[in-house]
Amino acid sequence: MTQLSGEAPLRSDTDVVLARQLVRRLTLELGFSLVDQTKMVTATSELARNAYTYGRGGTLYWEFVQRDMRRGLKLLFADEGPGIPNMDLAMTDGWTSGHGLGMGLTGSKRLVNEFEIDSKVGGGTRVTIIRWK
Amino acid sequence: MERIPILRMGEFLLVTIQVDIHDQLALNLQDDLSNTILKRTTRGVLIDISALEMVDSFIGRMVSDISGIAKILGAETVLVGMQPAVAITLVELGLSLPGVATALDMERGMALLRRMIDGPQEAHDTVVG
Amino acid sequence: MSNVLKKNTNELQSAWAKELATAMPTGKGRISAREVEQQTTEFLNLLSAAIGHARNGDISGTEFKPIREFLEGLSRSRVQQGFTSDETATFIFSVKKPLFQAIRVEAGKNADVLADEIWLVTQLLDSLGLHTIKTYQKAREEIINRQQREMLELSTPVVKLWDGILALPMIGTLDSARTQVVMESLLQRVVETGSQIVILDITGVPTVDTLVAQHLLKTVTALRLMGADCIISGVRPQIAQTIVHLGVDLQGVTTKANLADALKLALKRTGSTLQA
Repeated sequence: MTQLSGEAPLRSDTDVVLARQLVRRLTLELGFSLVDQTKMVTATSELARNAYTYGRGGTLYWEFVQRDMRRGLKLLFADEGPGIPNMDLAMTDGWTSGHGLGMGLTGSKRLVNEFEIDSKVGGGTRVTIIRWK
Repeated sequence: MERIPILRMGEFLLVTIQVDIHDQLALNLQDDLSNTILKRTTRGVLIDISALEMVDSFIGRMVSDISGIAKILGAETVLVGMQPAVAITLVELGLSLPGVATALDMERGMALLRRMIDGPQEAHDTVVG
Repeated sequence: MSNVLKKNTNELQSAWAKELATAMPTGKGRISAREVEQQTTEFLNLLSAAIGHARNGDISGTEFKPIREFLEGLSRSRVQQGFTSDETATFIFSVKKPLFQAIRVEAGKNADVLADEIWLVTQLLDSLGLHTIKTYQKAREEIINRQQREMLELSTPVVKLWDGILALPMIGTLDSARTQVVMESLLQRVVETGSQIVILDITGVPTVDTLVAQHLLKTVTALRLMGADCIISGVRPQIAQTIVHLGVDLQGVTTKANLADALKLALKRTGSTLQA
């Protein structure tokens, strides 16, 4: 019986590496092309790092999803950190400075098919991404 | 604490990065390289990433920084062997590593280093009409 | 209900096969009688296993997974065999007549049972029929997409001009899908051939707008990251103007008016020279 969902902690930089490996395995299982696998694993690395570094630790929830007859991988990066006060500013800043929270967010957005972010000051951040086969 | 080995080949330093380098390891590498460059005359650094199946913004920035630091310390850096899927993803991510010289493989990497060190004018191709 | 099915499987199957033959005479030649026999038998077996769980024609439950998967496989093969979606759905709908006959016989004089059973079966078969049509359409889309992809690859061949020099003559419009496919196969060829120089020839590209320029830039950047150099050839004056106006920074990539000049330059860079 194959697992269809699961979770993994994001509380150390080793966890970030493990998360990458986990997502590599999951995308392989779904039969993603090499480029698509790489994009998903890279997005994972960025978002997992954000959760661990800026979010003070969190959890990665993964799930195989289906829409019509397409299969995909849904990842949710959730942390209970300080949250992002000004989303637009953060994303532009990160983009221009080339590093930090924003870079990971804007960059990852381009690597996936669906991207959603929900953040409250003092209430943590949740980033959900989906890549379809 | 494991560290990535740095090989010395005459005036060159060679670093081969294998899979799954975590952040702390990357930072250690940067320190180690800076120290090693200073120890003996180092004119060039080759970073081999042909085994890396993923390069994210952290590793990308690390490579950029190493290149910059090496330059200040008197050495040129060449990044060797980036895989196609990694290159495509990095570009999509928005990184182009502008200050970093690149080569397809070790052999060409060394040749490029030679050209960069021995004759900076020759490293830039002149446009022939 | 499943008793009806189990008891009469053979008669049902042959009655159904006859229905199919009359409903779809053009089926002959595209599908063998044996295949029809196999499919109808398997469907009846799956149906009899699942029918006990039938409620309001809802087929989303796990009990219906085997039959859904069977129909998905059926749709896929029908697409490949060249059937239309109507013809494919007929497979299911034509089982109604023999099935209703069988139910009538079982129900005898009991009108209530007859009505209930027929309604139950109708709902179920309709849901299964719709599912078949839906999956048929999806399967067709997949096949069309795959064929498009293959055509894209064929129409943008990567050519080895010399040792270490690859050329990519780009023809027609550079849209997003094409650029993706092209970029991936180009980079792959660079690694396979160990080519250091790539000539992107855009002589055959009519217009360069922001999107096209960005796509070109992405390809150029990815190549550079790998360690290969890029020369863009076939740059007409109008295109050069557009690129400048768009403010696209080609990051020191050399451009040439035509492929021959680009090749000369490439050869010079790799240390070879052409004897005229």
